[in-house]
Amino acid sequence: MGGITYQSGRAPHAKEHRVIFRNIDRAGWDTSIDTYRKEGGYEQLKKALGMERAAIIEEVKKSGLRGRGGAGFPCGVKWTFIPPNNTKPVYLICNGDESEPGTFKDRYILHQDPHQLIEGMAIACFAVGANLAYLYLREEFPEAARIVEKAIAEAHANGFLGKNIQGSGFDLEIYVHRGAGAYICGEETGLIESLEGKRPYPRIKPPFFPAAMGLYLCPTIVNNVETLCHVKHIIEMGGDEYAKTGTKNNTGTRILCVSGDVQKPGYFEVEVGKVTMGEVINDLCGGLRPGRKLRAVIPGGSSAKVLRADEIFTVGRGDDARKLTIWDIPMDFDTLAACGSMAGSGGVIVMDDSRSMSWVLNNLNNFYAHESCGQCTPCREGSLWMKKITDRLVAGKASPSDIDTLYGVAKNIDGRTICAFGEACSWPTESFVEKFRDELVADAKPSLESAIVNPETLTAAAGLCD
Amino acid sequence: MFTVPQDLEAEIDERITHYPVSKRSAVLPVLHHLQQHFGYLSEEAVEWTAAKLGLEPIKVLEVVTFYPGFRQEAPGKYHIRVCRTLSCAMAGSHELMDSLCEKAGIDRSGVTHHHPIAVSPDGKFSIEFAECLASCGFGPVCMVNDDFHEAVTDAEGLLKQYS
Repeated sequence: MGGITYQSGRAPHAKEHRVIFRNIDRAGWDTSIDTYRKEGGYEQLKKALGMERAAIIEEVKKSGLRGRGGAGFPCGVKWTFIPPNNTKPVYLICNGDESEPGTFKDRYILHQDPHQLIEGMAIACFAVGANLAYLYLREEFPEAARIVEKAIAEAHANGFLGKNIQGSGFDLEIYVHRGAGAYICGEETGLIESLEGKRPYPRIKPPFFPAAMGLYLCPTIVNNVETLCHVKHIIEMGGDEYAKTGTKNNTGTRILCVSGDVQKPGYFEVEVGKVTMGEVINDLCGGLRPGRKLRAVIPGGSSAKVLRADEIFTVGRGDDARKLTIWDIPMDFDTLAACGSMAGSGGVIVMDDSRSMSWVLNNLNNFYAHESCGQCTPCREGSLWMKKITDRLVAGKASPSDIDTLYGVAKNIDGRTICAFGEACSWPTESFVEKFRDELVADAKPSLESAIVNPETLTAAAGLCD
Repeated sequence: MFTVPQDLEAEIDERITHYPVSKRSAVLPVLHHLQQHFGYLSEEAVEWTAAKLGLEPIKVLEVVTFYPGFRQEAPGKYHIRVCRTLSCAMAGSHELMDSLCEKAGIDRSGVTHHHPIAVSPDGKFSIEFAECLASCGFGPVCMVNDDFHEAVTDAEGLLKQYS
């Protein structure tokens, strides 16, 4: 990066392309508005305030920016879902509930470059006509809340928030709202319920698409922290120029968060689709631990379906069809979807051959059983059943037919719930059973099978289950 | 006697102004302020919040009982949250939990879903598992009150910082 020096040992890897994370771990950088403005901070907000609202939305559409929170939905298109004849107030919410296991990117933006987010939010608010915005932060980010509130106060004092911003006639207030440790608040309608002071039970869609009926039943745009930061850079570069970074239909950069069995886990900002899984593991992360072999990768946060190390993936259609190993997969939305998983939130969890797949799945099932909001029966009961079955499996108290029961439970959640948590909690089980059935069955005890079907030993077997 | 100090109430009143459309939206922030001050949320705290925001107490209680971030039992002076989820577990967070309990003299045998917190006999430390604390690359991760700690391998050293 020209002219920028980073703290010792924290310089970006040569294969990174830093835009959002340009100032993360940068030597001499701090969170003050003066530092931010010295490098052109808030100039893009000024530029945007001189543009037509529709023109800003058009640039964001042209940029091809897809949401970085999980679903990968085109941001500019989402913004146009506000009904054209709307007469109600419009709200913008920044989703900073970062809690998808494997994902750890927003903290660094909030802690080290809060003004970038505020500027992105202000531009987005102007574009969609919102005069009130909330930054929903997970409760476990208390320091981030303090840093961002200080930055908001500075932006106010410098005329970038509040009444009549920079003489444009545009008013905007941004407030920080802290959650209270519930993963479901990352689901946008659950988040809205939480912001209304209620239990975060997701709303049914339709009719409650936030852009039409969101916060206080008014049109509401909910975007991820990273997504809103990109908006600032789209205004700076122009939508067409931005779309030249990354790859077709998978534009821009994104932050990959890598954890698990690699030598140097961490966060890496790369052009979407320009690096492969192999480059992520071997180059960015320094490879696997010595003497270990790759077993599996969860490529997009814990809800993404697991990829097995020896799978061959067929992507593309007709003449474009090609076969990929796990190492060849370009890290973009479309290819990971074609491989049967998803790019999700960018959280890559790497597992080597020292890991028991039963243990890994059980850890995730415990997470989802804890975090199900309980509104829909298939998810509330099913997530707990899946946890109980894998609890038994790792305790050596499961029978081989339990694996089929486990799979059946997962299949009966998927598609039968109000929100996507149903898929999020069943996809790990579905994919681990599909890809590691032999290993899971090997951890089960055939002797328990006969015990359960034989009435004489039923009493003894019942004692094995809690 | 449950009394909210004047300066805390002034902070709470200011916070409520952040929600010009609906005071009910301030339930979470008001509860955060009270929990920060009192350590946990008592029945009186729930009733005070309800009266403050013009709500039925049940509307506040249902929020308190839902969110893992709200406590109905007093924690220790230093409340530790250890990340339980996959990447931290792979990095040894469950072993960290065991050694923190051992060093702080905490017995977790009575912990259940509805009573997730265990407190040391001297009341100095309390501990619970938390789900993913969003620093998966640098596990095992834990929080002590509002402080965040990454790559914690020395349980004794961590506790010493709070003595």
